[in-house]
Amino acid sequence: MSFFAYKRAASIDLKDKSENFLFILPAVAIFLLFYIYPFFKIFSLSLHEWNGIFPPPMFVGFDHFIELAGDKIWWSSIWHAVYITLIALTFQNILAFALALACDREIRLKNFYRVVFFIPPVLSEVVVGLIWRWILDAGMQNGQHIGLLNHFLYSTGLPHLVNNLLSDPKTALTTIAIVHCWKGFGWGFIILLAGLQTIDHQLYEAARVDGAGAWQCLKSVTIPMMMPVILVVVILTILGSMQVFVLMLAMVSQGLVYHTEVPVTRILSAMTESNRFGYACAMGVTFGIFLVMFSVTMKKISDRFRPR
Amino acid sequence: MKRRVLMVLCLFFVMFSGCAGATRDDHAIVVWHWMTDRHDAFEQLADRYEETTGTKIRFELFAPSDAYSQKTVAAVQARILPDIYGILDKKKIMAAFIESGVVADLTQEFEADEQEWENRFFPKALDANRFIENNAFHIPPGIYGVPIDVTNIQMLYNKDLLQKAGIARPPRSFDDLIEAAKVLKIHGISGLVSGWGEPWMIDCFASNYAFNIMGEEKVMATYRGEIPYTDPDWIRVFDVFKRLSEAGALAEGIVTKANKYAEQDFALGRAAFAFNGSWCVNVYHDMNPDLDYGVMLPPPLNLERPMRIWGGAGSSFHVNAQSPNQAEAIAFLKWLTAKEQQVFLAEQTKNLPANRNAMTSLPPALSAFAATMDLTTHPTVWEVIEDPLVTEVFVKGIQSIIIGERAPDQVAAQVNKAKHRQMHKPSPLP
Repeated sequence: MSFFAYKRAASIDLKDKSENFLFILPAVAIFLLFYIYPFFKIFSLSLHEWNGIFPPPMFVGFDHFIELAGDKIWWSSIWHAVYITLIALTFQNILAFALALACDREIRLKNFYRVVFFIPPVLSEVVVGLIWRWILDAGMQNGQHIGLLNHFLYSTGLPHLVNNLLSDPKTALTTIAIVHCWKGFGWGFIILLAGLQTIDHQLYEAARVDGAGAWQCLKSVTIPMMMPVILVVVILTILGSMQVFVLMLAMVSQGLVYHTEVPVTRILSAMTESNRFGYACAMGVTFGIFLVMFSVTMKKISDRFRPR
Repeated sequence: MKRRVLMVLCLFFVMFSGCAGATRDDHAIVVWHWMTDRHDAFEQLADRYEETTGTKIRFELFAPSDAYSQKTVAAVQARILPDIYGILDKKKIMAAFIESGVVADLTQEFEADEQEWENRFFPKALDANRFIENNAFHIPPGIYGVPIDVTNIQMLYNKDLLQKAGIARPPRSFDDLIEAAKVLKIHGISGLVSGWGEPWMIDCFASNYAFNIMGEEKVMATYRGEIPYTDPDWIRVFDVFKRLSEAGALAEGIVTKANKYAEQDFALGRAAFAFNGSWCVNVYHDMNPDLDYGVMLPPPLNLERPMRIWGGAGSSFHVNAQSPNQAEAIAFLKWLTAKEQQVFLAEQTKNLPANRNAMTSLPPALSAFAATMDLTTHPTVWEVIEDPLVTEVFVKGIQSIIIGERAPDQVAAQVNKAKHRQMHKPSPLP
């Protein structure tokens, strides 16, 4: 190729590239403006002491991160979020998978079930929290239990099981975790059901010809084929559960002592109760890094399990 | 190529035009507030004001109050505060607003014409917006806000439920309250309900008893760090909650109840007593107009010292010192706090008016709240306030006493430890 031909080809290539770049520019600009800039701004604020108004932010270096390392309430809030996540990963996802398997078969009213199972996720978290708060209410009026659960337990001859689940430190967090699972299992159900429908039925027929039973079909066909979808559901469950807080506010207001604190409620508390914006930002950055590290790890695991 | 570039530029234009500020009506005085229950009344008053003076007033509502509070803080940074706004936060934050130059000093206006404007108000209502000489926040002395109503927080009792339990009169001492709660329990009636899932409400109830048990000076000395929380008087304060809990005097789930649910419980006759503010008159009226209730001070533990309750300015408006419409904004606030408008607001919203001449034709419950305004105090008028982190440990500790997790002396030690930590923490601020 002559020099001039090469130069002309390079010029066309550059023109094409710049044209392509122009098309992605709006997305890049939005990403930089609304994601990257705020992240660096929050990181910068985490290095400052500031009440949000006046005096201007004062540089304190990594003091907030050092203080955070010794903040027992913060680390217990992380543990609470992990606890909710573990319950969601097991109870919520197993329920979602079981229901998805049931609805993938030729059963009566399967479209009705699909709609019913997807109702909780589309409800607002505040509404769900308030409904469950009413169901679990431990108050009494005219000798009758106000809450649906306690009323049911009492009237079915199980008065010894009547309890104040949301004000008992032994049960409050687990109760909220179960409500969170009830609210969230519909997402997993829909994604898993969509995944199940992509599995070629010939694989099942071939397995049955080879003498595989229902359990072996599940173990050797369904689960391996579903692994990428399961990992997506797992990542979404982790990210959603670690950041739970609206349910907390709706069900236990600003918390039962420190037993229902999660990272987001601690960040809110630092920002609104103590007006410590810098410390709240340090919490946010630490929590964000924690979640990013977790997502990257899960992505790597997901890549390993992806069928080749 | 040119067409494509043009398309991309158009897309950019459409995207970022959404970020431009909305066109504003420059002739209107803009007021930001969070008071959902008062918005309609405000709008009616705005129409009246426009008819009278020709000045247009635009009330902009941002609710709930948490969101409003964050909006005003962000607006200080962006310098987009309206002509008039409310600061819904601690006095420390009000001081920060003043220091950042967005709150006008209204002292001269209040003092003009032989203090005509100042004299309209309950002195306690103005105190919340007043900074005295040598105040802890180093703010030049003056009055920086205009109260539009006053409030105080007391106990309420359901007359029907007390009668049902054979209790002839509301309790007059803390021991009476404990006895009444025991009788109510026998009759299957819940005792006291309140929004103790909200930390400030527990703090309020506790500080009422702290003032009653040890007096204001000792409470302030504790906040200054001169008296430990392990002092026997503070243990008696924590013991108030233990006794209430052990007597079964507290409604189930009180520690996780937001005040709006507590209000619902009392309005629907699910509890005999409530601890709530004067705004409840309006709330109960909306929820159950037939509710028959009375107002009482929290019954004192120490009968030799009067009970002090939280109260003073309910809601206040501030004038933006950077507004070009300052004079018009002040004129509107003077009109809004005149007797006629204050009577209208009190009738429409059932809140106590800030103008003391407007206390006419109040409902009986509201009159009972008004009668005790002299007993009010509030953190916004105290010489020193407790560190928020210590308050958090204090409130959470009380919650743990109520649920039977900790004893009063354990909580006292825990709060004292938090106080010690905060007192000895190096401050990066000058």
